[in-house]
Amino acid sequence: MSTNVFEKVVTSSERVATRPEGGRRQKRRRGFSGWHFFLLPVAVLFLIPFIQMLLASLSPARELVTFPPPFIPSHLTLDGYIKLFTDTDVLLWFVNTVIVSAISILSNIVLCSLAGYGFARLKFAGRTFGFFAIVATIMIPTQLLMIPTYILFSKLGLLNGLGAAIVPWLATAFGIFLMRQFFLSLPAEIEEAGAIDGCNKLQIFFRIVLPLAKPALATLAIFTLLSSWNDLVWPLIAINNDQAFTLQLGIANFQSTRHTEWSLLMAGNLVATLPLILFFVFAQRQFIATMTFSGIKG
Amino acid sequence: MSDTMSTGTAPGATSVSTGAAQRRSRRRRGRRATLTGWGFVGPAAIIILGLSFFPAGWAFLLSLQEWDGFSDAEFVGTGNYTDLISDSDFWNAVWNTFGYTLLFVPASVLLGLFLAVALNRKIRFIGFYRTAIFVPFVASTAATGILSTYLFSPQYGVVNNVLRVLGLPQQGWLADPHQAMLVIAIMSLWGQAAFTTVIYLAALQDVPSELIEAARIDGANRWQTFWRIVWPHLSPVTVFVAIWQTITAIQLFDLVYTTTRGGPLGATKTIVYFLYEKAFHSLQFGYGSAAAYALFALTLIITIGVVIYSRRRNLEAF
Repeated sequence: MSTNVFEKVVTSSERVATRPEGGRRQKRRRGFSGWHFFLLPVAVLFLIPFIQMLLASLSPARELVTFPPPFIPSHLTLDGYIKLFTDTDVLLWFVNTVIVSAISILSNIVLCSLAGYGFARLKFAGRTFGFFAIVATIMIPTQLLMIPTYILFSKLGLLNGLGAAIVPWLATAFGIFLMRQFFLSLPAEIEEAGAIDGCNKLQIFFRIVLPLAKPALATLAIFTLLSSWNDLVWPLIAINNDQAFTLQLGIANFQSTRHTEWSLLMAGNLVATLPLILFFVFAQRQFIATMTFSGIKG
Repeated sequence: MSDTMSTGTAPGATSVSTGAAQRRSRRRRGRRATLTGWGFVGPAAIIILGLSFFPAGWAFLLSLQEWDGFSDAEFVGTGNYTDLISDSDFWNAVWNTFGYTLLFVPASVLLGLFLAVALNRKIRFIGFYRTAIFVPFVASTAATGILSTYLFSPQYGVVNNVLRVLGLPQQGWLADPHQAMLVIAIMSLWGQAAFTTVIYLAALQDVPSELIEAARIDGANRWQTFWRIVWPHLSPVTVFVAIWQTITAIQLFDLVYTTTRGGPLGATKTIVYFLYEKAFHSLQFGYGSAAAYALFALTLIITIGVVIYSRRRNLEAF
């Protein structure tokens, strides 16, 4: 793939992300646009699954298995949620997922920014080779690594615990690539000023460079949050103990164990999805920048 | 520690007598720079390389063996690969994956393009439209899968209910071997549309506005402007997005696991689902690894093929 496209996408991602939301800034009235005829139905269609999820989670359980099913529940009830929190370990899974995501985010921020800075700014033997090798790992499909990693983790006694879910997310090639790109775009003069003041490399990094890297770190944090929070395949393989389940694994297991309890299932779905939706709504610009960037992820 | 900063600062004057000492100190400085450098990149590099190249090599060795994880591994050479070629179950998985890719990739590229063009406008409520289209992207595939099963349930699903109200025939959806993959493709589009859209949006904003204005002045209408000016500008991005979505499509697993588990009648069993079953249900680690390598090879062939094709075409265009 030509690096050309990468650069284009990377450089314009910020612009897409920071574009002022149409119309809000400029108060002047505009004529009606024909695009509404296309966009409104599409937007409604995209929201229907979420609306259905919310309605079903608040429906009386019996109504969800009547035929024909009502479009709108006769009354709203919290039974699904009550059952979810009393009958299942969803709270524990939620905490587990928060732990996995928090450790992954912290570790990625520290390790990937250190490495990204090293590859961008420090000159040392093996730098080009090291960076090339790390970027090359993006080409290896995760499915290829699943089996040997599973065997390796089982030999190390890492299976069936939260550690199994965390270790593969401690550092990512995408994170290093992202941080390196960012540090390359920083003017070197800032660091030279620090060097003249007698800072060593680590001090320059922590006191001068890292505080400037907040937007890139936010992108990295969102990427890590999205992928670790939503990961299903790896926990599915590595965790067999329901005390160490992540939310995704827990709710995916509902499919076989609680097949017809739709209100409970949808309540679980909402609990698993709502945190990220809220994050998305509040940090939309950063999220969109991350999505654009993740075109280069592994 | 400040001496480590001196990398890159050139020594001012060199004299013959101090040459050897300088060389020695330069070597010492070089060693120190290497240590500092690897100190920075080392921890991340060890994790990433350790968890990819080592397992990838091991997977290859495993693919040459027959092993259930307990008894002694038996070396079978290319046996697993020849078994794979004559395994009708595997070919079924390949065709299913292929079918899904054919449904998903063109649809996701076209939908992304349309949505990007539509969202690239300064009209009212654009923020609402953008949020509505982008927010499914954050829903996990587990949640999407459960949601799909609910929406497309033959008896209680809202989709069939809408069909019923419209007087259209009811469908089996995920329970129908001919429709299950279609439902999975529709729901992947729902979850993934934001990805192609955002990449196209980024690319659209890179089209020089002078070119569009010039075309308008020359009397081109909107349609002509799009196809003659904008679309050619987007073609590298289209190639990128197509490759990316193809790779994603061949690795389909999560949605299958959370909806049909490969059914009905194996109609949604994909390559990754096949290798998951072989490795983690039947404990055929060697056979599963061979399937994983087949998947890797397929991904590489498609990527290389598309890259060569687009290079050729670009050359012709110039």
